[in-house]
Amino acid sequence: MSDRLLTVEDLRVSFPTRTGEVQAVRGVSFTLGRERLGIVGESGSGKSQTGRAIMGLTPKHAKITAKTLNFAGRDLLAISDRERREIRGKRIAMVLQDPKYSLNPVSTIGRQIIETLKTHERISTAEAKARTLAMLEAVQIRDPERVFSLYPHEVSGGMGQRVMIAMMLICGPELLIADEPTSALDVTVQLEVLGILDKLVAERGMGLIFVSHDLRLVSSFCDRVLVMYAGRVVEELPSADLSKAQHPYTQGLLNCLPTIGSDRHPLPVLDRKKEWAL
Amino acid sequence: MTKNVLSVKDMVVMFDEFVALDHVSVDVATGESFGIVGESGSGKSTLLRAVAGLNTFSAGALSINGQSYSGRSRSKDFYRTVQMVFQDPYGSLHPRQTVDRLLLEPLAIHGFDNVDQRIMRALDEVGLGSGFRFRYSHQLSGGQRQRVAIARALILEPKVLLLDEPTSALDASIQAEILNLLEQARKDRGLTFVMVSHDLGVISHMCERLAVMKGGKVIETVKADALERRDFSADYTRQLLTASEGFRRV
Ligand SMILES: Nc1ncnc2c1ncn2[C@@H]1O[C@H](COP(=O)(O)OP(=O)(O)OP(=O)(O)O)[C@@H](O)[C@H]1O
Ligand SMILES: Nc1ncnc2c1ncn2[C@@H]1O[C@H](COP(=O)(O)OP(=O)(O)OP(=O)(O)O)[C@@H](O)[C@H]1O
Ligand SMILES: [Mg+2]
Ligand SMILES: [Mg+2]
Repeated sequence: MSDRLLTVEDLRVSFPTRTGEVQAVRGVSFTLGRERLGIVGESGSGKSQTGRAIMGLTPKHAKITAKTLNFAGRDLLAISDRERREIRGKRIAMVLQDPKYSLNPVSTIGRQIIETLKTHERISTAEAKARTLAMLEAVQIRDPERVFSLYPHEVSGGMGQRVMIAMMLICGPELLIADEPTSALDVTVQLEVLGILDKLVAERGMGLIFVSHDLRLVSSFCDRVLVMYAGRVVEELPSADLSKAQHPYTQGLLNCLPTIGSDRHPLPVLDRKKEWAL
Repeated sequence: MTKNVLSVKDMVVMFDEFVALDHVSVDVATGESFGIVGESGSGKSTLLRAVAGLNTFSAGALSINGQSYSGRSRSKDFYRTVQMVFQDPYGSLHPRQTVDRLLLEPLAIHGFDNVDQRIMRALDEVGLGSGFRFRYSHQLSGGQRQRVAIARALILEPKVLLLDEPTSALDASIQAEILNLLEQARKDRGLTFVMVSHDLGVISHMCERLAVMKGGKVIETVKADALERRDFSADYTRQLLTASEGFRRV
């Protein structure tokens, strides 16, 4: 497929810790075209670390290996740090799970977005400001001018997430990795933000990796879904077939959501089997 | 005994000229589980933070357990009564502290005994084994961190828990475990919850009543079963309900 953006083959990430080695990612493989790929999975299953490895944000002391980690014909594990930095932000962008934590606490939101833009493009400050305000508006920030001059601790959780999305989209990346980008958003805003991402995939051919724990959302939004458990992909499905999931973890997930009108106390929980983590 | 363990009356919170809470009133009965929903930026976190003494309110009254509070000062006793789980676990957990330290600290401040046992039990309750006890919080995934925050709030055995999006970072299976745990703790210890969530499914599962906020105001307060019957007046509540059915490509 000439449209292929990303190939990941046998990706492994591990951390040395005081109590032994933690294998966060244990042989993940998938490919991505100009499409929406969802990654769901249990907390701690390695979703964020998979995204970070592609983005080149794995902590220095971690061990990372892969048979293939290829983005648009470039071997991401072999290129120089400088090339990495050029790709990061401009061609591959990632909305981190912890938006406020990843923003600079002593700089205003507007200044940070302008800075990102100016690192990758030669434009005047006036133009950068105009584009920043337009982007904040596009992610449904109600009063862009006010938010522009706020510091990260002065915005609400959902506003922080949208600020991160704006910052990542402003350079027009070819691949966007969005790690729980909408988990703090109320559902009405959530859908508006998804609408924006959807348009970028459809109109500009952006590739999107959408990490989320919300199965319902993922299945209504993505083309394909990977299900992760204990560092591995245990199942890959077209979104439409989510209800036909085979793996007991996936099946269990579908069953334990609280819904309006169903009265199940306590909620059913998963009976995790040791062999799932083999 | 007062009937309402928490009472907020005409509370106003300002950030410079910006009015984040505009005469908000909420009463929560002892043992009740009270939900708060509303669009992003409507003031939900600000309300919880003002109750917890993390934001100053410039007008209005706050009473907890029959005692009145103003400004930001809260007694040590207050924190044995009221604990908060923050929306943003990164802000609330010091990244360079181990899980052990994070759980030990509140126990030490309040002079609890059997600390070892309590820490082990707390970790167990939130589904983190003892293997996590000596990890630093920056070595945890988003959901693991959120569970540490919940364990830390529960470990002091408070009477009132303020929960700001406690499960929005968790996958459905762990969410179910945490919600069950919270419900059980409420039953066993007669806890009162004030819970912010954007997930109406979670709110209707956990809460008896809920307030809908918009633009710094409470626009309506309804019983949770009104969601099921679609019996509410605010347009926004209706939008929320429609949106909770998933993404539709137009
Ligand atoms: N610096 C680190 N040192 C040791 N272990 C780590 C470190 N960072 C992450 N881990 C571990 O790696 C595993 C995978 O983490 P990751 O953040 O990818 O999970 P996740 O699937 O994104 O989970 P969540 O849904 O909770 O965000 C977790 O068990 C986590 O504790
Ligand atoms: N320290 C602050 N300085 C200035 N403005 C603030 C501050 N804290 C909150 N605000 C503003 O108050 C408003 C309400 O914020 P709050 O965090 O209460 O929203 P929320 O309802 O919790 O939203 P979300 O669902 O996104 O978490 C926002 O517009 C925010 O920018
Ligand atoms: Mg994660
Ligand atoms: Mg909030």
